[in-house]
Amino acid sequence: MNTTTRLDNSEDIVIMRNVNKWYGNFHVLKDINLNVKKGERIVICGPSGSGKSTVIRCINHLEEHQEGEIIVDGIEVGNDVKLIHQVRREVGMCFQHFNLFPHLTILDNLTLAPIWVRNMPKKEAEEIAMKYLERVRIPEQANKYPGQLSGGQQQRVAIARSLCMNPKVMLFDEPTSALDPEMISEVLDVMVELAEGGMTMICVTHEMGFAKRVADRVIFMDAGQIIEESEPEEFFNNPKSERTKLFLSQIIQH
Amino acid sequence: MATSEQMIPDRAPPITQIGPIAWLRENLFSGPLNTLLTIAAFYFLYLVIPPVFEWMFLDANWQGTTRNDCTRDGACWVFIIQRFEQFMYGFYPEDLRWRPNLAGILLVLLIIPLFLKRVPYKGWLALFILLVYPVIAYFLLHGGAGIEEVDTSKWGGLMLTLVLSIFGIVAALPIGILLALGRRSSMPIIRAVSTVYIELWRGAPLITILFMSSVMLPLFLPEGMDIDKLARAMVGIALFQSAYVAEAVRGGLQAIPKGQYEAASAMGLTYWQSMRLVILPQALKLSIPGMVNTFIELFKDTSLVLIIGLFDLLSIIQQANADPNWLGFDTEGYIFAALVYWIFCFGMSRYSLALERKLDTGHRN
Ligand SMILES: Nc1ncnc2c1ncn2[C@@H]1O[C@H](COP(=O)(O)OP(=O)(O)OP(=O)(O)O)[C@@H](O)[C@H]1O
Ligand SMILES: [Mg+2]
Repeated sequence: MNTTTRLDNSEDIVIMRNVNKWYGNFHVLKDINLNVKKGERIVICGPSGSGKSTVIRCINHLEEHQEGEIIVDGIEVGNDVKLIHQVRREVGMCFQHFNLFPHLTILDNLTLAPIWVRNMPKKEAEEIAMKYLERVRIPEQANKYPGQLSGGQQQRVAIARSLCMNPKVMLFDEPTSALDPEMISEVLDVMVELAEGGMTMICVTHEMGFAKRVADRVIFMDAGQIIEESEPEEFFNNPKSERTKLFLSQIIQH
Repeated sequence: MATSEQMIPDRAPPITQIGPIAWLRENLFSGPLNTLLTIAAFYFLYLVIPPVFEWMFLDANWQGTTRNDCTRDGACWVFIIQRFEQFMYGFYPEDLRWRPNLAGILLVLLIIPLFLKRVPYKGWLALFILLVYPVIAYFLLHGGAGIEEVDTSKWGGLMLTLVLSIFGIVAALPIGILLALGRRSSMPIIRAVSTVYIELWRGAPLITILFMSSVMLPLFLPEGMDIDKLARAMVGIALFQSAYVAEAVRGGLQAIPKGQYEAASAMGLTYWQSMRLVILPQALKLSIPGMVNTFIELFKDTSLVLIIGLFDLLSIIQQANADPNWLGFDTEGYIFAALVYWIFCFGMSRYSLALERKLDTGHRN
């Protein structure tokens, strides 16, 4: 692997070096090498079960890896649990199923982490929360509960919730694939705005329009490996590997 | 500021569809079999209710002081009225009964604000009830430190039943929650200890635990060391109950989707923060019905302390039944006992329903 040249680049906010992971005997990630610079927008795609979710979940240590190094914002966690919290403070994550906290109002969902993790005064946290709710265009829902919102609204709340922690990187795991078609664009619009604002983003998504529009790099995974990694134009017009071609043809037909 | 909006309930159907006639037709006479059952049920009620009603109210005796004031045509409530104080307090000295009264009133006054909306500092109040109130209650009921002491052997009646159950419920809650978390811990030792504890206590009937606490425990204690019989029963009940609370809470924890844990961890909350702020509020809500069930069972099971010589409500009524001056009024005694138990159990069950409804925020998995 030819990644050693980039190791000491402090511009890299996420560095994965020869990462291997197994579920029992199942080798789910094979020698993953990935460097993400500040402000870079990465889209990860690939067939189901190829390990896309696992890769990004390793970045904020929702999954443990067995071999290799993962350095986020200069922190290599190793065995120190405290460092995991430090990493997670700087990394926002949006899930396929939103995972809002149903027993809390939208506003309380947003202020929870700033208050408890960043020790922010409640008032300040609420001001910031309202700012981000306006950014995702649903300030009027602040006092409702997640169960009262549509899927698209919930996902926008989830994005705002991550932003309230002022993260250095945002991870997205198929944020639109659980949504009804008419709600996808309202979420993608928010994500495009976020990208244009300079946020470092790593997105697992099959929304190729989004990839073409904002991605600096598209990464194609299959069977736990990174097969191909290139700029969107190159990736879509001139894919190198057969597997990528097959995948793209399936997606586009779809 | 975060103000919680109540969920808008589903609108009731128009009244014409639920008028009394329609209701009768739909529910009681919807077919030949149902009609037959309805008629049979009404006939049965006709046979039972009037005589019972006559016995309990119309022919009953309410006034007087001795058994001679009872005509025996109906219930002799004179017996209950004469013994009422004893049923409530046992042998607690009459001139000091204001102390348990005060302890009870204080508890009610402290608890009411917890259930009102928009009362600030509820957390501190709850902590006060859990940590400070028991000390106050101890000195009020038992005395000590200059306050006249009342030995626990004099405690009895409903007061003792309440002391046992309230202590059992309140002490079992935190222990049970910790056990439930322990049973799902990723640390094998903690998991094993919790599991063994829970299964051990759940495997034994309360009556054996009470028996062991009163008969066996003293055998193991060093000579001269004597722990109050009531205290031993209280500890036994609380430990026993905590295993049941743990299982109820575990059921709730299991119903929380994995995504909730992940979202909480992903935002940087520590384990205890995630539990306290995200997981337990949801899991406890789900375990309310199960927990209230075990509380209701516990409330009734406290009557088992009879076998270790404590005089709770039921045993004191039984004792009164055996009083030569009042022989033959067992029925009245047991009806009264049943009524008191029923009032408390029904209250708990209603309260749990209300609580479930109040906590419903429209989220259905
Ligand atoms: N906890 C687990 N235990 C065992 N195997 C797992 C576990 N989680 C995931 N896997 C397996 O690891 C592989 C990669 O999973 P992953 O969720 O990363 O795939 P993915 O690329 O995100 O797929 P999808 O598009 O379906 O989300 C899959 O084959 C999956 O079955
Ligand atoms: Mg996935």
